[in-house]
Amino acid sequence: MPGQTLTEKILAAHAGRERVAPGDNIWVDVDTLMTHDVCGPPTFGIFEREFGADAKVWDPDRLVIMPDHYIYTEDPHALRNIEILRAFAAKHNLEHYYDVGTSRYKGVCHVALAEEGFNRPGTVLFGTDSHTCTSGAFGLFSTGVGNTDAAFIMGTGKIWVRVPETMRFVFEGSLPPWLMAKDLILAVIGDIGFEGGTYRALEFDGQAVFDLSMEERMTLTNMAIEAGGKNGIIAADAKTEAFVRARTDRPYTMVRGDADASFVYEKVYDVSKMEPVVAKPHRPDNKAKVTEVAGTKLDRAYIGSCTGGKFEDFLAAAQVLNGGEVRVDTFVVPASTEVSKRLREESLPGQPGKTLWQVFLDAGCKMGHASCGACLGGPIDTFGRTHGTEVVISTTNRNFPGRMGSKEAAVYLASPLTVAASALSGVITDPREVLV
Amino acid sequence: MKDRITGRAYVLGDSIDTDQIIPAAHLVYSMTEPEERRMYGRYALCGVPDAQAGLPDGGVPFTAPDAFESEFTIVVAGSNFGCGSSREHAPFALQVAGAEAVIASSYARIFYRNAVDGGFVVPFESVERLVDVVQTGDLLDIDVRAGTVTVERLGETFLLRPLGEVAAILEAGNVFEYARQTGMIKRA
Repeated sequence: MPGQTLTEKILAAHAGRERVAPGDNIWVDVDTLMTHDVCGPPTFGIFEREFGADAKVWDPDRLVIMPDHYIYTEDPHALRNIEILRAFAAKHNLEHYYDVGTSRYKGVCHVALAEEGFNRPGTVLFGTDSHTCTSGAFGLFSTGVGNTDAAFIMGTGKIWVRVPETMRFVFEGSLPPWLMAKDLILAVIGDIGFEGGTYRALEFDGQAVFDLSMEERMTLTNMAIEAGGKNGIIAADAKTEAFVRARTDRPYTMVRGDADASFVYEKVYDVSKMEPVVAKPHRPDNKAKVTEVAGTKLDRAYIGSCTGGKFEDFLAAAQVLNGGEVRVDTFVVPASTEVSKRLREESLPGQPGKTLWQVFLDAGCKMGHASCGACLGGPIDTFGRTHGTEVVISTTNRNFPGRMGSKEAAVYLASPLTVAASALSGVITDPREVLV
Repeated sequence: MKDRITGRAYVLGDSIDTDQIIPAAHLVYSMTEPEERRMYGRYALCGVPDAQAGLPDGGVPFTAPDAFESEFTIVVAGSNFGCGSSREHAPFALQVAGAEAVIASSYARIFYRNAVDGGFVVPFESVERLVDVVQTGDLLDIDVRAGTVTVERLGETFLLRPLGEVAAILEAGNVFEYARQTGMIKRA
C-alpha cells in the first residue's frame, strides 16, 4: 500500500481512519472554525434556522470571530454586521471574539489566526474565507467554506470533505535578496494556471521553503486558492514549533507525509535561477517577468492584505523606500494591529532612530488602519479603493475585474519589493535596479 | 431537485470569479430580510465586464436595470466558474435572481460546494464546451434524470456529466436535510 501525503494523514486522523485516498468523501472533526464580518452574520442566520434560536455552538472554545473586512467605513449595512457579530458573541459567551473599537481588535483574520496561536500543526481549520488556506503554512489542513458549511460545523463540529490529490512543489537553492515568496507563488500559479490546482492540495517542500520565515511561508499557502487549490500546506518544523509555542499552550501534533507518498504532480524549482514576476491584469495566472513589463505607467501602488501586509512585507518595502519619495499614490495598509504596532516601534536593521512607519510617511505614502482595506474593493469609502481607470501595482492576491473596486481599473500583482521599487519610479520597476 | 429545468440561457466565458458574480460592495445586505435580500438579485453578475456580459454579443445585463429578477434562468459558462472568494452570496445571488441551474465546463471548488450544500442552484458540468454553441436568450431544456440539455434553436441535445455523490445532497435540498436523512444530525 502506498504511503500517504501530509494532507491525507491529517484528514485520516480527523476522520477516525487509518488511511484515506484521494477522492474519498469523508466526515472530519473540526478543530477550529473562523468567521468574520462579511460571512459571520449570514452564517449565524443559517445556524439558528437549522438548529434553533436557542441552539448552542458545538464548542465555543473552537469558534474564532475576527471582524476585518469592512471596518473603517460609514456604510450602515457594514456597521450593522459588526453589531450582529457582537450580539452573537455575547449571547454565546464567545471568548475568541476580537471586537472592533477595542484593544482586542486584530485586523485580517488569516494573519491574526497565526498571531493568536490558532494555527497549530496537525489540526483541521475551516474558515468562511477562501484565503483560509493561509493557515496551512503551519502544517495543518485549512480551507475556505461558505456560510452553509460553516453553520453546519457550528452545530455539529463536523463537515464532509472530499480528500484532495496532492501536488508537490519543491523549491531548492538559495533565495536571492531581490526575490520573495510572492515571486515563487506567482510563478507556480502562472505555471499550473488559474485552475491547475482545482480540488487539490498544494504542498510546498524543499530547503528553500524551510529557509523561509513563517510569514513568508504564509504567502505561499495564502495563494494556493488562486490556482483553485483546496488547501496549501507546508510540513511543520522547528521554526513552526517556536512560532506556535510562543503564542499558545494548546496541544498539537507534528505530522509528516510518508516518504513513499504519491503525488499527482511534482515540480522542482531552483530559486537561485528565478526572477521577480508579476501577474498582469486580470488574472492571477497571467504571469510575466518584471523585466517584460518594466516601464508600464502606474497611477497607484498598494501594500497590504493577508498576502502582502505582514510585518516582513513592510520591512522589505521600507528597505527600498527609505530616503526616497514615491511618484504615485502609495497606500500602506497593515494586515493586523500587531503589524501596525511593530511598524511604529521598529526600525530598519542597523538604522535605529527612525521607525518603519516614519520611513513610509517620509516617502510620501498614505497610511491606513489594519484591515482588509481595498484588497477586495469593499464599500465605496474604503481607503485605497479604485474608482476609475487606475493602473495599480499591488501586493494583494487577486486582480479580477473590479476586485479593488472599479471594473475599469487594471491591477498588477507583485512582491512588496517590486511594488516599492515601482512606487518610487511611477512605472513598473525591477527591484534589482534599486536594491544595493 | 426538479426532474426538468427549462428556461432562457445567459452565456458567459471562462473563469467568471465571485467578484464578478456579486461584487464585494454588495455583500453587506441581509440575506434574509425580503427588502434587502432582493438586492442580491438586482446585482447578480453585475461585475462582469460589459463586453463579456451575455455572449456572443455582450452588453446584455443579467438583471435588467431597476429589476430584481433576471429573465434568464440557466447560466451557461466555460471553465473554472465561481473561482475566487468563498462568498456564498455568489450562488445565493444567482438563485435570488431566479436562476435554477448553471451549466459550466468546470467549477472552482468552493462555489461548487456552496451551490450544492446550500441548495441554491444545480451546478451541472457539460461534456462539450457549450459556451461556443449556446447563445444568450436560447431556450434550454435540462432533463435531470437523463443528464442532457436540449437547445431548442439548434434542435440538438448535449450530454451533462453525472452529478455523482452530490446528487443525494441536491435531492435532499441542502446539506442539513441530507444529514438529517442519513442520521448525521437529529431532526428538529
